[in-house]
Amino acid sequence: MAADNILQRVAEIIIDELKLEDLTPVTFDPDMDLVDELGIDSMDLTTVVLVLQDEYGITIDEDDYPRLSTLRLIAEYIEGKLKE
Amino acid sequence: MKTVSSLLDSEWYDRYKKISKLNIRSSIYDVTNKCNLRCKGCFFFSSDEHKVAEEEMDIQKWEAFIDREKERGVNLAILIGGEPTLYLDRVEAFYRRIPTYCATNGIIKLPRDRFPDLMVGISLWGDEEDEKLLRGKDTFAISSKNYQGDKYTYYLYTITPKQVGKTERIIQRIRNAGLKVHMQLLSNDESVEGFNWDDANLQAIRDEMDEMLDRYPDTVISSKYYHRIITTGEMLGRRFGWQECPSITESFDNRKNPKRLIHFIRWASDLKTMHRCCTSETRDCGICKDGAAHMSWVMVNKKAHMQTAEDLQNWIEVYEMFAKLYKFIPW
Repeated sequence: MAADNILQRVAEIIIDELKLEDLTPVTFDPDMDLVDELGIDSMDLTTVVLVLQDEYGITIDEDDYPRLSTLRLIAEYIEGKLKE
Repeated sequence: MKTVSSLLDSEWYDRYKKISKLNIRSSIYDVTNKCNLRCKGCFFFSSDEHKVAEEEMDIQKWEAFIDREKERGVNLAILIGGEPTLYLDRVEAFYRRIPTYCATNGIIKLPRDRFPDLMVGISLWGDEEDEKLLRGKDTFAISSKNYQGDKYTYYLYTITPKQVGKTERIIQRIRNAGLKVHMQLLSNDESVEGFNWDDANLQAIRDEMDEMLDRYPDTVISSKYYHRIITTGEMLGRRFGWQECPSITESFDNRKNPKRLIHFIRWASDLKTMHRCCTSETRDCGICKDGAAHMSWVMVNKKAHMQTAEDLQNWIEVYEMFAKLYKFIPW
């Protein structure tokens, strides 16, 4: 799966799940810090992770959550998991 | 789009970044079913929670249980009871494994050579008169001697309706003992006459709490937004209650998509039984005044506080207060 596709789909999932009405996948800065800028908390991240796990058939360990701090890092993380 | 940095100036943004990734995951543990006091209005005894489970006496089972809790992701163990200091080996088992907070009535002194930086919260229910009426003795006289000047100790001052107009003297006594204080309100679980809140005395105590914070900022660990929330039971137009409370044990939570504390459990002292929430199962959630539950209510609703700079600053102050009280950031 192409990295850009993953990036776009993860953006859609985050926007949908967290009801970020001001954002679109196009305007979502992939390097924006989700916690420090968007104000996402660990509960939000857990919600998103559950959907990502279903979508991509992967397991995301809670210990890895601190690494998932931007849209791009999440997409790269998923890409890595899919290659395993 | 409203981002954190677009709402805050650099000073507030720095404060935000100091707490934004703390990722606090707490659970609560009944260390014992026993207590050396029997206070009127103590939710643990008034709702018979001390009879729910037979206490685990094997310290090795406590240690194995705590290891499992750590693996579960708990990074803040809140020890309550009964009176935790009756079993220092259990307190130590937590303290050696997980960041730990110990609630106590302060009658037994935790030895600081064994627990050098354990955060201790001493319960206090008012002045000498209220303490004698509700708890059978003036505990402050004992606890303030035991913990005088201790830098990891604060009083958890549960204010009763009879304390309206009288809190300053208590705050001064705590300050004079070289300690900090955090305030919450009595929930009067045993319907002791004269200890119910009404709109007038709630407004009066809110004003007084604000005044104490202004006058004694080095002693009082609090925020005016917290005062507003706990006295009105309202936050951003929503009312506190079962549907809103974040401190429900995970397996009891049948609500749809609640904003809640992740993986929160309140464990009984058999290490198997779970209680419904951080306080009494028999308490009416609509009138619950539990301070930690209200603080957590604010904390889990960060995005709801991202509409205005003032809302987000209020959220930051409450989060900072919690983080200070449980030693995630310094006073």
